[in-house]
Amino acid sequence: MLKAYVPILVLIAFVVLNAVGMMALSHVLSSYRQTPVKLAPYESGIPVLGDARERFSVKFYLVAMLFIIFDIETVFMIPWAVAVRQLSDRAGMLIIEMFAFILILAVGYVYIWKRGALEWD
Amino acid sequence: MTPALKGFLLLATLKMLVVFTVLMVGVALLTLMERKVSAWMQNRRGPNRVGWAGLLQPAADGVKNILKEETIPAEASRTLFMLAPMMAFIPAMMLSAVIPWAAPLPVTFDFTLPMLGQFTHDGLLPFAVADLPIGFLFVLAISSLGVYGIALAGWSSNNKYSLLGGLRSSAQMISYEVAMGMSLIPVLLLSGNVSFGAIIAEQQTGLWFVLPLFLSFFVFLIAGLAETNRLPFDLPEAESELVAGYHSEYSAMKFSMFPIAEYANIVTVCAMIVTLFFGGWDIPFTRWDQTGGVLQTVLTGLVMFLKVLFWIFFVMWIRWSLPRFRYDQLMALGWKVMLPLALGYIVVTTLAVYGIEHGLGVEGVRLKMLLLFALNVVLAYGVFFGLDRGHIVVGSYRQDSTSLPEAPLEVTNP
Repeated sequence: MLKAYVPILVLIAFVVLNAVGMMALSHVLSSYRQTPVKLAPYESGIPVLGDARERFSVKFYLVAMLFIIFDIETVFMIPWAVAVRQLSDRAGMLIIEMFAFILILAVGYVYIWKRGALEWD
Repeated sequence: MTPALKGFLLLATLKMLVVFTVLMVGVALLTLMERKVSAWMQNRRGPNRVGWAGLLQPAADGVKNILKEETIPAEASRTLFMLAPMMAFIPAMMLSAVIPWAAPLPVTFDFTLPMLGQFTHDGLLPFAVADLPIGFLFVLAISSLGVYGIALAGWSSNNKYSLLGGLRSSAQMISYEVAMGMSLIPVLLLSGNVSFGAIIAEQQTGLWFVLPLFLSFFVFLIAGLAETNRLPFDLPEAESELVAGYHSEYSAMKFSMFPIAEYANIVTVCAMIVTLFFGGWDIPFTRWDQTGGVLQTVLTGLVMFLKVLFWIFFVMWIRWSLPRFRYDQLMALGWKVMLPLALGYIVVTTLAVYGIEHGLGVEGVRLKMLLLFALNVVLAYGVFFGLDRGHIVVGSYRQDSTSLPEAPLEVTNP
């Protein structure tokens, strides 16, 4: 059973080697003629104003948190979907359980929608 | 190591080298195809100087990218800046490892090499680099790793355009990943297995899942476009506002690893669409492709290639057909339309499958799927009617109701 995963390990090693090799090749072959202006951040040609290490909109954190909630929901659903098909004689009970779960999440979903977490201003 | 294990590893390594090479060359040719298709759609010729009909253009681009000057911005975080392209490239290249590209081929050999010893293999050889029993979960898991490369590239460049591009891209990718994951639950409800082999087998005995699960396919297609940052969802690199988005500061090979990753992701998404909804390597209306043999493997591989190529073309076609979304529209579509649609569709499909199997007592797989198809026609009509009239996507064209006049302006004829 675990034998099927060995090619994945080989593939990881191969792909990492390729990535490093490509970057190293480019690093060795490229020419360098660098000036302070060339190494400054690109801002459409005008002198750089300030720094990019600023605080950014808290909205993005909110999206990440909502993502985790709903992605975990998906993670729960995947084994459930397989089980419903495979344990067909007990499917009714499984479906009721999952629908209760979905209902709770739907309430949460309506709540975050009404609280405006999905709005972008 | 037993001879059988050595034979297995030998074949796995060969398959890996073949798939990797084909993918790298294919990605290079896809850049050419993209430019040619764009050119045709805009009534111009596209690249036609390097080689016959521009066929060597990707090679010229590759050489140029390797020889270009490398820049690392003085203010950038050097380690993360170097690491980010690799973190985008590695998952993208690994994704295609579990896709079955052709029908399994019975392979039997037994030979002995000097130094290495005996190699044996007996049985069906699956045409995926790694025929994982959880292939489906592997794709979902690894595809979400791609967001790290993009987020890190945006942040480490210390450029405002890159930062905004990286942020937008990560928010967009995680938003649509939810809808993408949920749109695939109905596929599991019908197939009852998470291995690609079983999903294809189920489509061979029944119908291609695009018919009984049309709305799943619809959501997956849109989420796939958004995941690969393709138009109409290419906000992260919207060139009119963000220069080049998260890879504004990248040059040389470090830059070209992002497009390579992007195109490899497109290939994988298209291969997923084909495998999950269009029967994979299945040749429709025939049974002989399931028996196994050299001819079957070659022909099913060809059919798979053509199907994937069609969807890649479709992605490029979309690019020149639809305008770019605005960012709030994009997020509204993901969270307010795709997510409830996918969630509701899971509920409806579950009830329908249960009702058809236990209520109506339908036994035949094909009849069951035809009934689901009929249900989908009705549902899809409702959904598209609603989407088209703006009845559902109200959030996507935010109108400020206070600024609207109370009564419609009356135009008086003189």
